[in-house]
Amino acid sequence: MARVFMKGCEAIAEAAVRAGCRFFAGYPITPQNEIPEYFSRRLPEVGGVFVQGESEVASVNMVYGAASAGTRSMTSSSSPGIALKSEGISYCAAARIPMVYANISRGGPGVGSIQPAQMDYFQATKASGNGGFQMLVFAPSTVQEAVDMTYKAFDYADRDRNPVLILADGVIGTMMEPVVLPEMKSDEEVAAIKASKQGWACVGHQLDYANRSWIQPGQWSTLKMQEANEDAAALYESWKKDVQVEEYQVADAEIVLTAYGISARICKSAVDLLRAQGIKAGLIRPITVHPFPYESYDHIDYNKCKAVLDVEMSIPAQFVTDVAVGVKDRCPIETCLCSGGNIMSRDKVIAAAKKIMEGK
Amino acid sequence: METNLCVAGFGGQGVMTLGKFLADATCNSTDKNVTFFPSYGAEQRGGTANCFVVISDEAIGAPLGDVMDDLIVMNGPSLAKFIGTLKSGGTLFINSSIVSDDIGRVDVKLVKAPVTELALEMGNAKVLNVIMLGVYVGYTEVIQPDIVWNTIEHKLASKPKLLPLNKQAFEKGLELGRAQK
Repeated sequence: MARVFMKGCEAIAEAAVRAGCRFFAGYPITPQNEIPEYFSRRLPEVGGVFVQGESEVASVNMVYGAASAGTRSMTSSSSPGIALKSEGISYCAAARIPMVYANISRGGPGVGSIQPAQMDYFQATKASGNGGFQMLVFAPSTVQEAVDMTYKAFDYADRDRNPVLILADGVIGTMMEPVVLPEMKSDEEVAAIKASKQGWACVGHQLDYANRSWIQPGQWSTLKMQEANEDAAALYESWKKDVQVEEYQVADAEIVLTAYGISARICKSAVDLLRAQGIKAGLIRPITVHPFPYESYDHIDYNKCKAVLDVEMSIPAQFVTDVAVGVKDRCPIETCLCSGGNIMSRDKVIAAAKKIMEGK
Repeated sequence: METNLCVAGFGGQGVMTLGKFLADATCNSTDKNVTFFPSYGAEQRGGTANCFVVISDEAIGAPLGDVMDDLIVMNGPSLAKFIGTLKSGGTLFINSSIVSDDIGRVDVKLVKAPVTELALEMGNAKVLNVIMLGVYVGYTEVIQPDIVWNTIEHKLASKPKLLPLNKQAFEKGLELGRAQK
């Protein structure tokens, strides 16, 4: 397959279309505007529908509706816009509706800054809305990964009947890189996916009260509500098999860098440069940030490892709390941070690692 | 081998397009890794705009490096902002039509091209970026000129009227770049 040079946001949108996404609703916000822009042009070409809603809340609820009718559907936004969408995401999770959304995150809190940041970690992994629901959350560190994750996200969403989040950032969203695009699903395949949802989706049923589809984001009966919560909890428990992680040069590492998304690829190149200078560095990069690969931190040789260096574009650090659960006090955890739209510098990571190794 | 390039100027000078043409051509014609990363404020025109292109045989870590191998500067404010990021022994490509300031460094190579004037002489101020791209490719030979031209031609496919002017601009740039090697 030939590679094409694409911007992260546009590549995400194209991957979704190729996965069979035929409905997108969104509302503009930097730095993810190229996602809705791309869909607005592309979806009509494949018989899909694009809507620019009057707000984030309206858009996410349109996706809730379209997905309830069995159509592979998506929305996207950036940090403050994602916060507005949290109501609809929670409703989709409660009603067990498969949908995919992307957060091309920027500085925060509040309106924050329009430049890239990784400040929505807690929101993405712990509480994307009310009610304690959980989602698979994928954190791409290249445009190719963003493509592959988005394509696969629709399968996960349908498998689990649950929302899936692509947690990217303004660098991944706005940078261009060569990508190999996945295969375009045929109209027949897209129709078959929709037909396979006959059992629960509002795809047209007989006038049969007992068997009609009934999409509801809650229950009037406390017993039924608890049953729904228990079903969801069992689903979340089953995700241990879906954990994805990259462990790079960890076995003999004297210092282990850990990061996700854009910070992780910067760390990986820092590991190579540190090794070239005689410092045995390694990297643990969660690819799914939920479920989190806690067990990877058991692969560190704590007799050799002086410290784990948490690298993230968030002040205060957030990702570090999951890292700490994995490390279990077996060595110190230091941080290398930036925020506000400033992008992590490789030199800064290298300097932080050297400072630890030199014991300064 | 990794090359870090920063292209900086006013919004409207085509600095993003310059970087994109170069990066796109690299993607299309080589198996190298390449990234293009734009950086701009909320302004569309008149504010500062810059982009970063990294071309590498290895996987690329940061799409914007801390230290630049090459720097293309199209206006005065960009010189002041980015000259400190250019590595010792690096090359500064400067739009000498509007940047007359002393660059304040003796440890870098300087390639001058009056691209604003040349573009005006050609009858369209907008092609200054394509002239500068020619200068860069002609001087560095980072990628084959005909491959870059093919990419420009492809990108302008819907505007064939603009092709002769862009061809002239690109070739003028190549000539200027090669002459200063």
